[in-house]
Amino acid sequence: MATFPEYIAQNEERDGVRFSWNVWPSSRLEATRMVVPVAALFTPLKERPDLPPIQYEPVLCSRATCRAVLNPLCQVDYRAKLWACNFCYQRNQFPPTYAGISEVNQPAELLPQFSTIEYVVQRGPQMPLMPLVFLYVVDTCMEDEDLQALKESLQMSLSLLPPTALVGLITFGRMVQVHELGCEGISKSYVFRGTKDLSAKQLQEMLGLTKPSASQGRGPQAAQPPLSNRFLQPVQKIDMNLTDLLGELQRDPWPVTQGKRPLRSLGVAMSIAVGLLECTFPNTGARIMTFVGGPATQGPGMVVGDELKTPIRSWHDIEKDNAKFMKKATKHYEALAGRASSNGHIIDIYACALDQTGLLEMKCCANHTGGYMVMADSFNTSLFKQTFQRVFTKDVQGSFKMAFAATLEIKTSREIKVSGAIGPCVSLNAKGPCVSENEIGTGGTCQWKVCGLDPSTTLALYFEVVNQHNAPIPQGGRGAVQFVTQYQHASGQRRIRVTTTARNWADAQTQIQSIAASFDQEAAAILMARLAVYRAETEEGPDVLRWLDRQLIRLFMFHLRRSPFLQVFNNSPDESSYYRHQFNRQDLTQALIMIQPVLYAYSFNGPPEPVLLDSSSILPDRILLMDTFFQILIYHGETVSQWRKAGYQEMPEYENFRHLLQAPVDDAQELLHTRFPMPRYIDTEHGGSQARFLLSKVNPSQTHNNMYAWGQESGAPILTDDVSLQVFMDHLKKLAVSSAA
Amino acid sequence: MQGGYPPQQNGAFGQVRGPQPGYAGPYPGQSNYGAPAPAPAPAPPAQKRLDPDAIPSPQASDLPAVQKSRHRIDPDAIPSPIQVIEDDKAKSTEPFTTGVRGQAPPLVTTNFQVKDQGNASPRFIRCTAYNMPCTSDMAKQSQVPLAAVIKPLATLPPDETPPYLVDHGEGGPIRCNRCKAYMCPYMQFIEGGRRFQCGFCSCVTEVPPHYFQHLDHTGKRVDCYDRPELSLGSYEFLATVDYCKNNKLPQPPAFIFLIDVSYNAVKSGMVSIVCQELKTLLDYLPRENPDVDSVVRVGFVTYNKVLHFYNVKSSLAQPQMLVVSDVSDMFVPLLDGFLVNVNESRMVIESLLDQIPEMFADTRETETVFGPVIQAGLEALKAADCAGKLFIFHTSLPIAEAPGKLKNREDKKLIGTDKEKSLFQPQVGFYGSLAKECVAQGCCVDLFLFPNQYVDVATLGVVPVSTGGSIYKYTYFQAQTDRERFLNDLRRNVQKKVGFDAVMRVRTSTGIRATDFFGSFYMSNTTDVELAGLDCDKTITVEFRHDDKLSEETGALMQCAVLYTSCSGQRRLRIHNMAVNCCSQLADLYRNCETDTIINFFSKYAFRSVLTSPTKTVRDSLVNQCAQILACYRKNCASPSSAGQLILPECMKLLPVYLNCVLKSDVLLPGADVSLDDRAYLRQLISCMDVTESHVFFYPRLLPISTCDALPVAVRDSEERLSKGGVYLLETGLHLFLWVGANAQQELLINVFGTPSFSQIDPNMTSLPVLDNPFSQRLREIIDSFRAQRSRYMKLMVVKQEDKAELIFRHFLVEDKSASGGASYVDFLCHMHKEIRQLLS
Repeated sequence: MATFPEYIAQNEERDGVRFSWNVWPSSRLEATRMVVPVAALFTPLKERPDLPPIQYEPVLCSRATCRAVLNPLCQVDYRAKLWACNFCYQRNQFPPTYAGISEVNQPAELLPQFSTIEYVVQRGPQMPLMPLVFLYVVDTCMEDEDLQALKESLQMSLSLLPPTALVGLITFGRMVQVHELGCEGISKSYVFRGTKDLSAKQLQEMLGLTKPSASQGRGPQAAQPPLSNRFLQPVQKIDMNLTDLLGELQRDPWPVTQGKRPLRSLGVAMSIAVGLLECTFPNTGARIMTFVGGPATQGPGMVVGDELKTPIRSWHDIEKDNAKFMKKATKHYEALAGRASSNGHIIDIYACALDQTGLLEMKCCANHTGGYMVMADSFNTSLFKQTFQRVFTKDVQGSFKMAFAATLEIKTSREIKVSGAIGPCVSLNAKGPCVSENEIGTGGTCQWKVCGLDPSTTLALYFEVVNQHNAPIPQGGRGAVQFVTQYQHASGQRRIRVTTTARNWADAQTQIQSIAASFDQEAAAILMARLAVYRAETEEGPDVLRWLDRQLIRLFMFHLRRSPFLQVFNNSPDESSYYRHQFNRQDLTQALIMIQPVLYAYSFNGPPEPVLLDSSSILPDRILLMDTFFQILIYHGETVSQWRKAGYQEMPEYENFRHLLQAPVDDAQELLHTRFPMPRYIDTEHGGSQARFLLSKVNPSQTHNNMYAWGQESGAPILTDDVSLQVFMDHLKKLAVSSAA
Repeated sequence: MQGGYPPQQNGAFGQVRGPQPGYAGPYPGQSNYGAPAPAPAPAPPAQKRLDPDAIPSPQASDLPAVQKSRHRIDPDAIPSPIQVIEDDKAKSTEPFTTGVRGQAPPLVTTNFQVKDQGNASPRFIRCTAYNMPCTSDMAKQSQVPLAAVIKPLATLPPDETPPYLVDHGEGGPIRCNRCKAYMCPYMQFIEGGRRFQCGFCSCVTEVPPHYFQHLDHTGKRVDCYDRPELSLGSYEFLATVDYCKNNKLPQPPAFIFLIDVSYNAVKSGMVSIVCQELKTLLDYLPRENPDVDSVVRVGFVTYNKVLHFYNVKSSLAQPQMLVVSDVSDMFVPLLDGFLVNVNESRMVIESLLDQIPEMFADTRETETVFGPVIQAGLEALKAADCAGKLFIFHTSLPIAEAPGKLKNREDKKLIGTDKEKSLFQPQVGFYGSLAKECVAQGCCVDLFLFPNQYVDVATLGVVPVSTGGSIYKYTYFQAQTDRERFLNDLRRNVQKKVGFDAVMRVRTSTGIRATDFFGSFYMSNTTDVELAGLDCDKTITVEFRHDDKLSEETGALMQCAVLYTSCSGQRRLRIHNMAVNCCSQLADLYRNCETDTIINFFSKYAFRSVLTSPTKTVRDSLVNQCAQILACYRKNCASPSSAGQLILPECMKLLPVYLNCVLKSDVLLPGADVSLDDRAYLRQLISCMDVTESHVFFYPRLLPISTCDALPVAVRDSEERLSKGGVYLLETGLHLFLWVGANAQQELLINVFGTPSFSQIDPNMTSLPVLDNPFSQRLREIIDSFRAQRSRYMKLMVVKQEDKAELIFRHFLVEDKSASGGASYVDFLCHMHKEIRQLLS
C-alpha cells in the first residue's frame, strides 16, 4: 500500500476529495474524541480532461429514499443481472439496456478507475440546448475614467461570449434602466425608480413580458418558451448594437451637490436583474454580473446615506450596533440571493472603489449563488480588467470554465451522516436518511444548490459518525460517500458527475495509530478554518477565537488567528467579507496560501528557496517573493535595493544581478497568470511603504521589544506588539499541559 | 313708430298658443324706452319685409293666415339684435377714448379704435355697468350684476399700442403702503409731489426720492405724460426678484408635448399629424422679440398605459426612449436631454418625430392613462425648476390601472333630475389635488381630445381648467376632415402670447369689493386668482359687491394687476385701471349698462351653478333675475304708461333675446343628441370666453351672401329670414355653416361651388373650391376673416336645405323654437313680460 500522502494525493487528483481522516473511527464516541470531525473538502468540478463524458443516463438505486447511483463499489451479480446498492443494500435489476454486461464487459461506472464519472443527460430533439445568459448590471455613478475603462472591458467581454449566449444590460444610478436591445434608430430602455422594490410579477408586467397565457397549450406540443426577449438577446444578433449602447453610456446625469454621495440604486438594480431573469429564464443557468463603483445610497439595499459627512459603517460601528442600514440591507440582499439561487442564477459582484461598497451586506449574493466577488480600487486597474477577462477563460473544448445551476447531493453509508456544508451553496432542504441532526454550516439537508461552479470551487462537507460505541465495525469494513453533482455545462448540456469514495473503519481503541497516520493535516486545517470563518461570520469575534484556541493546533492556527479571515482589525467590513468569500470557495492549495502565505527567497547564495514566514527571513541581500493569494509581493532587501538604485542591473558586467532581479518577477508573473481573482501585485523594497504587507504577515520573532536579545545581523525587527510564534507556542504548551491535568 | 301688423305671410310662433293675457297690444316701439331714443331708423327692407321665398313654417303653413294673425306679434316689431348692432356701428365712427369716466364703449360687434387716456381699453376690461349704484340697496333693488370681464393679455389690433413696459428700478414698482395698489393715474400727488394719496384706500404714501417730481399748477406731476403709469389705463411693470417664487428670477418656460400613442390615436392619424406638424411648428414658439430665437425649451413624451420619455440631447446620434411603466408613482427618468433648445437638438428631434408614428404603427394597446401623464409633465417642470405648458393629445377614457383612473359614468337618465349636477362634477378627487400642484409649479395644461366615445371631459378638464389651460375637442377625429381645424388650433395655441405662473389681483376703491371670479384658474384664498398659464384669449369675469357706500364724486375705481412670467422668462406685472361713475339715481344705472357683458356674466354664473343646482333651478333663477332687473326699471325709470305695455331700457332691450339664448344653450337645456362630454366641454369653454366670443356664441352671426361687395348686413337668427334662393353663412365662434337654399340661383352656385346643380354640391366639403371669380374670392375672404377673428379655427360645414345636416344648423337659429324645447324669442319675450307684470303687481 502506498503511503498516506500518496494515497491522499491520488484521491484528490482523481475525485477532488480530501478527507480530514482517511481512516474513520468506528463509533460516534470515538469520533467526537478526535476533535477534528470526519470532513471532506470536495471540488465538484475538479478538472478531469481525461474523463470521457458518458452519453447515457446514470442507473439509480430503486429505493425511493436512496436513489444512489450505480458505482464501482456496488456488488454485481452478472448472471442475475442484479446489483446491490452499497448504501442501502437494496438489490436492483439492471435496466434492459444493460442486458449484455458480464465480468469482462462492464460499463464504465463499474470500473474502479471511474470512481468519478460524468454523465451527459440526453435531451429530446424538442429540448434545445440551454442558452447561457449574461446580464450586465452596470453602475454609472463613477468617474469618467473608471466608466470608460469599464465600458471597454464590457465591450471586450462581448467578443469572448459564445455567439448564442444571451446578453442583457441594466444600468443604474439614481434610476435603474433596463435596456431593450436591438432597436433600430432609437435606443429604448425601461426606467425604474431607484427607491422602490418590485416583485418579479410587477416587473414582468411593467416590462411587457407577460406571455399570452391563452395560447399556453398542454401536451407535448406546448409552445416552446421563447429563448430570447427584448432584453436578453443572442450576442451574435446584437453585439454591434450593444457595443454602441455601451459606448454611449454616460455618467449618471443627476446632479450631485457638494458634500453628497451620488444616489446609487444598487439594491433595486439587482432586484430588477434578479426579477428579470426570474420571469424569463427560471432554472436556466445565468450570470448576473454586477459592476459597482460605490455603495448603494438609496432605496432598498442602501448601506449608507448620501451625506458624505456620515461615513460608511466600520467594524467599530457594527460592534457598537451603530450601522443603521446594515440589517435592512443585508435582509434585502439575502432575499435576492434566495430568489436568484432558487432559480439557479449566479450573482457576481465586481466592486471597484477606494472606499467600501457594501460587500458586507451584499456578500450573500455571491456566497449563496456561487458568484464571484472581486474587489479592486478602480475599474481602470489591471486587477479588475484581467480578473474580469479571466472569468471567460475557456477549456480545451472551448467551453467556459463555469457551470451553472448545480445541485450537489450526498449519499452516505448508514454509519455516517452529513452534518452540513460550508461553501458557496444554499440548502435545498432535502431531508433524507443520511442527514445528521447535528448541523455544521449549512446543514439539515443532503442536497445543496450551487448556482455557480468553476473547476476550483470547493465545498467543505462535514460528517458525523453515528455508529454506536458498542456496535461492531460495519459490514464490509468501509464507509462510503457518494457525491452527485447535477449541473448545466457551459456548452448548454445538462450533466451529472458522480463521485463515489470509501474509507476504512477502524476501532480507535485498538487501531489509534492507523487513524492518526491517516490524518490529513492540511485538509483538517482548512476544514477547521472554514468552520472558524463560518462561525466568525455568524457569531461574535472573540468567542470564535476562544473556541479555536480550545480546539487546536500548531503553527497553522497561529497564522489563522492572525489572518484577515478572523481578525477584523485593520480591515474594513467589506474587506473581511471579501477575504472570507474567497476563502470559502477556493481549493485546498489556495486556501493554504491564504492562511499561511508562501515566502520565497532569491539570493546569490543559491537557487530560489522557500523560507520561513518569519522576520528572520528578511535579510538585506535577499529578494523575497511573498504570495498571500490576494497579493503577490516582491521585496528587495536593503542591500539589493541599494544596488538596484545604483543601477548595477544596467551594467553588462553585473548581468547576474539583472538575472537575480528578474527571477522573482518572472515567478510572480506566472502566479499572476494563473490566479483568479488576479492578485494585487506589489513591488517594494526595504523601508518602502508597501513593505508593510510583508511585515504584517511574517512571524514577529524579532520585534522592537526583543531585538537586542537576538543577533543584529539576522533578519529585520517588526514593530508590533503581537505575540510571536514562540510565545504563542509556549503558551499553548502550558495550556495543553494544564488542561490535561 | 310702427302701427299695426304688417301682413303676415307665415312665421307663426306656435299656432296653439292662445291670446296673451294682459298683452295689450303691439310692442310699443322705441319711444317708450327709458333713455332718449335715437330716431327710429327705418329697418332695411330685407329685414322688414319677409322674403317671399322664405320657408313656410311647417306648423303654420296649414293654418289659414287670417285666423292666426290676431295672436301673432310681428317679429320685426320686437327688439332686433341686428338693428342694435348696426345702429352702434353707425354711431361709432370716432376712435373711442378712455379718458372720460363712466363712458360705455361701443359694442363688441363694432369695429372701433381705442385711445388709452387713463382707463383700460374695453379690449382688456368690459363692465356690465359703467355707472354703478352708490349703495348696496340700490344695487340689490336693480339686480343689475356689477361685474367686469377682464382679458389681461388681450391682443390689440395693430393700430393700437401694446402696453408700455415701465421699470421702477431695484425697489420695484411704487405702490400704496396700505392697500398695495400700484402707481396709476388715480394716485393724487400732494405736498408738492413728496407724497401721494391712494385713490383706492386714501392712504398717504411717501414718494421715494428717485421717483420724486414737481407738480404743476393743476397739481399734476410735471412728468405726467412721460410716464405711462401716470397717464394710461394699461401698462406693465418690470417685477423685481421680490415678486418671484423663492426669491429667484425665473427660468425661461418649457413646452412639453405628451402624445397618446394608443391604438385609436394611431389609427385616427392623430399621432402622425402631430409629429409631422411639430417639426415645423417648433420654429414658431412664442418669443418677445421676433428677431431672436425663442428661449422656450421643448420636451416630448408619448404614452399609452405606460409613458415613454425621450432624450433628445443635441449630442446624441439618435434619440433615446425611456419607458416608465411604474405609473403608480410617477417620476421623470431623465434630467439632461429631456427639455432642449429646438435649434440645438433639431436633428435629434426630427429623427424622433419621424420615428414615433412608425414605432407605434402596429400598436395593439388600447388602454391609456391620464393622471400620470400630467404628473410626468409636472415632475419634469419641477426637475427643471421652470414654469411651462403641457400639450396633451389624448383619445380615450383613462381606464388603465393608474392614479386618476376613470370609469364610464355617462348616464342620460340623470339629465333633468337633481342628480344631473353630478355629471358636471369630476368623478374623482385626484385631479383636483393634482391641479393644485400644477398651479404651484406654474404648469399649465392644454388638452387636445380626440374621443370616439365618452371620455369624461368633466373630469379630464379639471386640470386644464384650474391651470388656465384650454381644452380642444375633436370628436370622431378623422385625419382628412379634421386635420385643418386641429392643426390651425394647435398652431395658434403654440404661437400665442402666453404668460406663466401668474397671479391676478383686483383692487377696488373703498365701497366695493371683488367677491367672485369666473374663468380657468385656481384660487387658494379669496383674493388671488392663480393662473399657471394665462394666454391672450383667457378672460376672467369678476363680480363686485358693495361693502360700503360709493360717492358720485370719486366714482368707483378698480385696478387689475397680473404678475406673470413672460415667454422669455421675464417677471412682469400688467396693470389695468378702470374708473366708472357712481350714481344715486337708478335711471343713470340703466342708461349705462352693457347687455353683452351682462350676458357674459349671467352665462358664466349659470354654467357654474349647474355644478351645484339642477338646471331647472338655474334657468328659473336667471329668468327671475332678469325679470327683476326689467321690473325695477319699469317701476322706477319708465314714464308712466299702461301696465300692459312692455317697456325695456334702451341698453337692455336685447336682454330677453340673449337671455333666451343662454337658457336654450346645450348646457342648460340639452337636446337628445348632445352628449354629456359636449356639455361639459361647452361649460368649461364658456367660463373663459370674453364678451365678443360669448356674444357670437349665444347669438350667432348669420350673413346672407348675395353680393360680392361690402360685408353684408347680418340677418336675425331665424328660419324666417332665410330665403330659399339664397346662400347664408353662419358662425358661432366654434362652428361655421354655409347654408344653401334649395332654390339658389344657378349663377350663385356656379360662383360658389363651381357647379350649377344644387344636388351636386358635396355636403362633406370642408373648404370651398378656389374659383376665379370675385364672388368666390370674396366669400372665401369673408370666411378667412371670420376665422381670423376667433381664437379657435372653425371648420366649414356646407348645409343644403332640407338635408339631414340642416337639423344641426337649425339649432343655431336661436330666435326660433328649439328642438330641445327652448322657447322662441317671441314666446320668451311674452313670458318675460308676464314675469315682469307679476313682479310689478
